[in-house]
Amino acid sequence: MNMLTYPFDGGEILQKKRRLKKQLLTQDGLVEKRVAILSGSTVGEIQNLLELFLLDAGIRPLFHQGEYGLFYEELVYEDGTLKEFAPDILYIHTSSRNIRNWPSPLSTPEEADALLEGEFSRFSQAVKAGLALGCPVILNNFDLPVTRVMGNYEASAPAGKVRFVRRLNEKLAQLAQDTPNVYLNDLAYLQAVHGMDAFSDQTAWYAYKYCCAIEKLPYLAQSVAAIMKSCFGRNRKALALDLDNTLWGGIIGDDGPQGIQLGSETPTGMAYTEFQQYIKELGQMGVLLNVDSKNEEANAKEGFARADSVLKEEDFLCFKANWEPKSQNLADMAKEINILPDSFVFLDDNPAEREIVRQQLPGVAVPELTVPEEYARILDRNCYFEVTTLSADDRNRARMYKENYQRTAAQESFGSYREYLESLEMVGTFLPFDLEHAPRVTQLINKTNQFNLTTRRYTAAQVEGLVENPRYITLYGQLADKFGDNGIVSAIIGQVEGENLNIELWIMSCRTFKREMEYAMFDQLVDLCRRRGVTTLTGHYFPTPKNLLVQDFYGTIGFKEISRDDQGNRLFRYQILPDRQPLCQVIRQQTTPMKE
Amino acid sequence: MDKNQILDAVQTIFRDNFDDDTLVITPDTTAQDIEDWDSLEQINLLTAMEKKFGIKFKLEDVRNLNNVGDILDLIARLSA
Repeated sequence: MNMLTYPFDGGEILQKKRRLKKQLLTQDGLVEKRVAILSGSTVGEIQNLLELFLLDAGIRPLFHQGEYGLFYEELVYEDGTLKEFAPDILYIHTSSRNIRNWPSPLSTPEEADALLEGEFSRFSQAVKAGLALGCPVILNNFDLPVTRVMGNYEASAPAGKVRFVRRLNEKLAQLAQDTPNVYLNDLAYLQAVHGMDAFSDQTAWYAYKYCCAIEKLPYLAQSVAAIMKSCFGRNRKALALDLDNTLWGGIIGDDGPQGIQLGSETPTGMAYTEFQQYIKELGQMGVLLNVDSKNEEANAKEGFARADSVLKEEDFLCFKANWEPKSQNLADMAKEINILPDSFVFLDDNPAEREIVRQQLPGVAVPELTVPEEYARILDRNCYFEVTTLSADDRNRARMYKENYQRTAAQESFGSYREYLESLEMVGTFLPFDLEHAPRVTQLINKTNQFNLTTRRYTAAQVEGLVENPRYITLYGQLADKFGDNGIVSAIIGQVEGENLNIELWIMSCRTFKREMEYAMFDQLVDLCRRRGVTTLTGHYFPTPKNLLVQDFYGTIGFKEISRDDQGNRLFRYQILPDRQPLCQVIRQQTTPMKE
Repeated sequence: MDKNQILDAVQTIFRDNFDDDTLVITPDTTAQDIEDWDSLEQINLLTAMEKKFGIKFKLEDVRNLNNVGDILDLIARLSA
């Protein structure tokens, strides 16, 4: 059992952190990230704990830690230290201990407003200075003060410190909404989760200048790590769900669809209904929902046909109700959807089933489920699907995967694969990076692991910096067909070096494997190169545990291998010949934007 | 709980925190004797002891703890 899976024991994590770190460092395929932490109060142990949670998410952090309490000075009067460190992400650890000028019972509403503006301006200046480093910035919002001299009146009076903090938090929320690359770590929520008296421990503040109790630091670190892993594309993508006693109470094969506990008739039924609602909303965020259950398929489907079942059969992408081992079903689903098993979270009330999946598929996240009224909270507090941005593509993802299924079904009715591809009536749109689509391109870059030649990650600011940059050739591709629009599925970044283009990044979503989209992208890239006077292309393959699929990709499109080192890094070159013919025959290519 | 029992329990905490199953402490052990025992780790040690012995250190308690013996005395006093 993973010690960092919720519900965890904060004290135990603190005690065993050295052992935990050693274990986590033995994992394969860790990606390195530079993390700057700036201090509003003590950060020492927070950094150690953040390291554990990031390692658990496959990220190996290199830290820069600011001096005690100097977050504002180090950002606003940056002396080059941070710039030199070049963080991939910045965390500003502030709390209401950093509010300097509070209103008092004597303050008029106008004075309170002025104080509010003054405080907000200090924190927003720090954030803006952080953004100038070209990386995402995470800022805590504010915890409520532990005393309120005017009692309940503090909640409404402008001079009340409680109201002051709430107003300040609202302004920070607006700042985060209005400013790309700014994310709030909800310290106020954490304080509420743990209870103010337990969380805002006064001894920890006075003795050690920690803004919260020592044993709550792991929760704080987990929360910050969740935002970071989401920014770096390390979120989980899919759920594999058991049915009996997981999505409803009882055994549908024995009790029948009317006998299971669901709906508002019983307390237990209500708990399952609310859990289904939670799962449904995960689906609305783009989490892929799948059934993995030991049942007769027909019986299982009858459960979702009940009028009071929030989840319906069509909410699921893969529906595996059979008598195969669940680990086998999960592995099959991963293959069919074309994602890796370690993108899955497996939910099952049965400890034996959980154990089998843990043993057979160690990358799958398997939280402990106890009683139905706790299921949603346990899933929630593990931050598997932490959202940092929600694009139209996320909301449509389940539909797009479903359309892929229809394509697979259609494929079977054609004599040849080529005929099938032609029948799809594919239309590709190919354009250089633009500001409008930079967020989606960034998201795709950071979450694509399989068709990814170099596995370089880029921040939103870096991608924006490539727009109309004369030193680069950039290209993204959107693919639509008669079953629907896949959205942006591929991107290339190349640096122009005289007459050569050095391809720094080439990625494609697994949704569009085997559709000749990679050929179409290459044809477009060659066209762009010709227009810029580029005659040769350099391609790199850097191996990771996840991108073996494309190790020979450059060879298959006509590149020649130049070199290969002991680590398997490969270098390829391509010469654009005058008589080169396009590779892709099945995608109609257009270069003007389609309607979203 | 007598002094020896407290020492045993505190030693277990030290071994856990420093991930060293062979670590042996005495009342005379100080932060100079254990490489990773810095101010940051001292906080963790004290937090673990609060949990283990079901006590809560006061602000004045955690100052002037110069060696393991001081810690043992403090725990003995608070859990008496």
